[in-house]
Amino acid sequence: MDLTESYREELRLIRKPWTGAGIGLVVLALLVIPWLKMDYLVYMATVVFIYAIGVQGQNILIGYTGQISFGQAGFLAIGAYTFGHASALGIPLPLGLLAAGALAGIFGVIVGFPSLRLKGPYLAIATMGFGIAVYQILLNSEVISGGRMGLMVKKLPALFGLTQQVTFYYFTLLLALIFTLISYNTISSYAGRAFIAIRDNDIAAEAMGVNLARYKLLSFAMSSFYMGLQGALYSLLIGFLEPNLFTFMESVTIFVAVIIGGLASIGGSIMGAAFVILVPQVLGAMKELVPVIFGVTILIILIFEPQGIAGRWLKIRLYFRNWPFR
Amino acid sequence: MGMLEIKNLSIHFGGIRALNGIDLAVRDNEILSIIGPNGSGKTTLFNCLTGIYHPDEGDIIYQGESLLGLSPDLIAIRGIARTFQNLRLFMNMNVLDNLMLGRHVHMKKNIFAAFLRLRREELRHRERVEEIIDFLDLQAYRKSRVADCPYGVQKRIEMGRALALEPKLLLLDEPISGLTSEEKEEAAYRVTEIRGRFKIAIILVEHDLKIASRLADSMAAFNYGQKIAAGTPEEVQRNPEVIRAYVGEE
Ligand SMILES: Nc1ncnc2c1ncn2[C@@H]1O[C@H](COP(=O)(O)OP(=O)(O)O)[C@@H](O)[C@H]1O
Ligand SMILES: [Mg+2]
Repeated sequence: MDLTESYREELRLIRKPWTGAGIGLVVLALLVIPWLKMDYLVYMATVVFIYAIGVQGQNILIGYTGQISFGQAGFLAIGAYTFGHASALGIPLPLGLLAAGALAGIFGVIVGFPSLRLKGPYLAIATMGFGIAVYQILLNSEVISGGRMGLMVKKLPALFGLTQQVTFYYFTLLLALIFTLISYNTISSYAGRAFIAIRDNDIAAEAMGVNLARYKLLSFAMSSFYMGLQGALYSLLIGFLEPNLFTFMESVTIFVAVIIGGLASIGGSIMGAAFVILVPQVLGAMKELVPVIFGVTILIILIFEPQGIAGRWLKIRLYFRNWPFR
Repeated sequence: MGMLEIKNLSIHFGGIRALNGIDLAVRDNEILSIIGPNGSGKTTLFNCLTGIYHPDEGDIIYQGESLLGLSPDLIAIRGIARTFQNLRLFMNMNVLDNLMLGRHVHMKKNIFAAFLRLRREELRHRERVEEIIDFLDLQAYRKSRVADCPYGVQKRIEMGRALALEPKLLLLDEPISGLTSEEKEEAAYRVTEIRGRFKIAIILVEHDLKIASRLADSMAAFNYGQKIAAGTPEEVQRNPEVIRAYVGEE
């Protein structure tokens, strides 16, 4: 095989036939879930798809670029309210989604500026300040938040003879798949390499010609776009916005999803999203336990499996690949 | 013609004058060795040349243009690449990606093409990187995570990353120290090979007087931030002050 051909082979997203088969099976399963007629399952899966988008974005920022952020709730709110108001103004849905992501992305660049000087915990505090500021503005600005009435958001109509809920299920599945693909593609491109280089050794990255400001801000912009999109989709899901959806706890939940799923893993982000959505559901009446469970899980992960669910999954795969010779 | 001219360069950290009125010139395709005991300012000079430190005084003229005030990435774009004394690799990337990052300044960058996985650029640069992998004998490590590679290999990877940038001036900060004696010979040979093959100028910082003088066309010796000798390797080795500095250390 000629060399260029073999490089091309290596650059493919899915290199092994059985990886392709596995992904195909999962997607197929997701496509048939609505046919089981379990409304609750469809609803939960929809929430996971929506969160999977934002958590991936945060992983690009935190896991790949190494920039700690606790401003998630702020970007979420910007996306949600941008979409809510766009929709109220009669702006078509795709444009509304794009505006939600774009405005969150622009704020991402602004919030990203401190990252050019601050590192680690200092950056965490600066971004946290942003998230809390957005929440405070929502509390105090009736023009944006709709005051005590909140802001109603028109839901996606039912299409193609499906129920509204199933239509929205497929819509979010499609978006989650598209953004997962974009995440994978970006990470394996020059931009992803620059992100990881900044995380692993920023001095060397800069000495090799990487413009630190440009790529840190790109990472903030991308991750905030994803977060804004998540906010917009969430507003479509519940059809109603109030400031209390965007407290600091929401930032923590998304951060936890990134850590539990596994830093620097796109697939892990999806699993992390599923974790933070499903655990509170499983706990049902014992909701007060949610922070405890999140905290304990993070401790366990930091001690035993720093690469999160994704790392555990890799080890299981390795085990079975060598099976039974172990 | 001189490709690099350093004039009266000085920098201090608190009370320490790490560089004190350094004058140096590098010609095209020459190997300049800088020797000197630990703490004499060799690495500090590299940090000034690559924009990591900003000198208090003096000038650095590279290809007719002053580098003062430029950030490290802009200096890299102008064709100066370096290795680090204490290795600064992207430890969690594989070898291939470390070298591909060395191609960063040469890549056409279009983020939308990246979103869509359009990879023509990747393929083009991958070929250049493969040449360097062959040159440095890194084939066996192509897909290895850098953190899992032995020290000697990591030194080669860092050199490969610098070469991938296709520098016109290569700064090597103690490329030979810390290696086994067998690796040392290889590494020394490789330095001369690089000059011959890529037709570039090299500044070689080396603690080991013997190897440094063997490889150099011209040589300078530092002590306490000052240039105490300069000239041909023979001249510098015979210089009484150099001998004193080195004996004083042992
Ligand atoms: N960032 C810094 N802060 C304080 N002192 C420094 C810094 N960088 C270098 N120095 C000091 O400058 C002197 C020269 O160091 P260096 O250039 O690393 O020496 P060499 O590479 O020749 O061993 C040393 O005394 C060192 O402690
Ligand atoms: Mg040094």
